[in-house]
Amino acid sequence: MIPLTWYLLVATALFCIGVYGVLARRNAIAILMAIELMLNAVNLSLVAFWRYLHPTVTTGQVFALFVLVVAAAEAAAGLALIISVYRNRETVDVENIDLLKG
Amino acid sequence: MTLIQAVFILFAILTLGAGLFTVLSRHLFHAVLYLILSLVGVAGLFVLLEAEFLAGVQVLIYIGAISILIIFAVMLTRGMARNPGPPLNNQSLAAAVIAGLFFVLLAPVIAGFPWPQVTQGVPADAIEALGRSLVDPNQFALPFELASVMILAALIGAIFIAREKR
Repeated sequence: MIPLTWYLLVATALFCIGVYGVLARRNAIAILMAIELMLNAVNLSLVAFWRYLHPTVTTGQVFALFVLVVAAAEAAAGLALIISVYRNRETVDVENIDLLKG
Repeated sequence: MTLIQAVFILFAILTLGAGLFTVLSRHLFHAVLYLILSLVGVAGLFVLLEAEFLAGVQVLIYIGAISILIIFAVMLTRGMARNPGPPLNNQSLAAAVIAGLFFVLLAPVIAGFPWPQVTQGVPADAIEALGRSLVDPNQFALPFELASVMILAALIGAIFIAREKR
């Protein structure tokens, strides 16, 4: 059997990859993809905890499902914003999107 | 090492390797393809965790819907895809240090904690119980309805924001 530690370490590593992507990428769509990676890491740890601690209660899976719904909403709204910004500014490079800069 | 552990390591390497290429690859379209590969790896890990329904949902929603949405966005912002420029900004070194430190701090805590072993198997009707709990008023019926209203609002908002202004 696989120890719970392995799943949690994979989830942590995936989350850290996502953190790096959010902080280091210049393209807004790439940042959104890194956020998807982070949400997946959280889902992985939620399902692992469900399986190893309380497999008879559905709460762990339900939480993972809600995270998935939020991820879908976030992707739809985020990509719409990026397309809107691209239409107005001709770029999706976050270093050039500084409309609110004082 | 048992067979199931070997399968786990395979999926873990697939997930993490593809995730790394997602954040590092120079071309945005390649990054999307690597993201899909990484999501496949997570779906495989879900199967290993005996959460078959979530694995199916992962394939349908993430791989089927969200990544197609991202591919559309990449193609609609094509000017960037043709002339990518450097993919990373000038704080990428600091970002790598922060992400690496986060992992280095978290990993010993996870590895050192005495996590319980698996004691119970997944009940045979786990998927049925999941479906019932989502529509049971005493469990998750209200959050379920709220989630559907939220995603409807998000989709209407997305259409309104992305629509061509005349």
